[in-house]
Amino acid sequence: MQSKPTALAILDIISIIVLGIASYLALVFAPTEAVMGEVQRVFYFHIGTAWVGLLGFIIAAIAGIAYLVTKDMKWDRFEVAAVEVSTVFFFITIVLGSIWARPAWNTWWTWDPRLTTAAVTELIYIAYFMLRQGMEEPEKRARFGAVYTLLGGISAPITFMVIRLFRTIHPVVIGSQSAAAQGGFSMTSDMKIAFFFGLFAFTVIFIDLMWHRIRLGSLQEKVEQLKLNVTM
Amino acid sequence: MEITPDTSGYMIAGYIIAYLTMGIYIFSIYRRSRNLKQDLETLNSIETEQTKKKLPI
Repeated sequence: MQSKPTALAILDIISIIVLGIASYLALVFAPTEAVMGEVQRVFYFHIGTAWVGLLGFIIAAIAGIAYLVTKDMKWDRFEVAAVEVSTVFFFITIVLGSIWARPAWNTWWTWDPRLTTAAVTELIYIAYFMLRQGMEEPEKRARFGAVYTLLGGISAPITFMVIRLFRTIHPVVIGSQSAAAQGGFSMTSDMKIAFFFGLFAFTVIFIDLMWHRIRLGSLQEKVEQLKLNVTM
Repeated sequence: MEITPDTSGYMIAGYIIAYLTMGIYIFSIYRRSRNLKQDLETLNSIETEQTKKKLPI
C-alpha cells in the first residue's frame, strides 16, 4: 500500500479542527433552547450525521450504477466505503434522535413514519454487509452490491421526505411541518451558524473517512489477489 | 414564566455516544489496515520464496 497522500493527511487535520469547531458551536456558542433545555444541542450533530448518512446511501447507489455500466471494481470499493461510513453516521443519527425523544416526547422510541423509515434504512445497509460477506467471488459480490445499493438507495429520499408527506410527530427544521409535530423550534441566528457549520463539518469528515475506507478496500483487494497467486 | 427543564444529562450522553462511535469506527479502520499490511508483508515474502524455488539453479 502506498504511503498516505499529503492531501489526505491535511484532510485528517482539517477534519479534527472542524469537528472541534462544530462541537464548540453546538455545545457553547449556540443558545440554550428555552422549552427543551440542553438536550436540544444534540440536534446539531443529529442533523449533521443524518445529512451525510443519507447522502452516502445515494452516493453508493450512483457508484452501483457506475459499476454495472463499467464493471470497474473501483466503483465497488467506492460503494462499500460510502455504505460503511454512512451506516456508522446514520447509527449516530438514530441514537441521538432517541436520546432527544426521551425528554421531548417522553419515550425513547415510537413507530412514527420518520423513525420507522430511518430504522428500516439502517437495517437495509446492515444486511448489505451480512449478505456481501457470504459471497466468495468478487465479481458476483460487486454485482450483487451494485443492485442492492441501487434498490436500497430509494430508502434515503423516502426517509428524508416522509416527514413532509405524512402526519408525523417528528419536527421539520426547514419547511412546513405536520400539525402533529412535537418538539419543533425556530432557530435563532446563532443556532443557524451552529447548524450550517455542523453540516459542513460532517461533510468534510465524511469525505475524509470515505477516502480512508477506499484505501482500505484497495489494500484488501491486493491481499486477496496475492493470496490467490500464492495458493496457485 | 415557564422553567427550562434540566436535560443536560441527555445531552452529555448523546455527545459521548457520538464521539465514542466515531472513535471506535476510526480505530476499526486503523486496525483493519494494520492487519492487512501485515498480511501483505507475509504474502509477499511467501511469493518471493516460491519464485526462488521455481528458478533453476
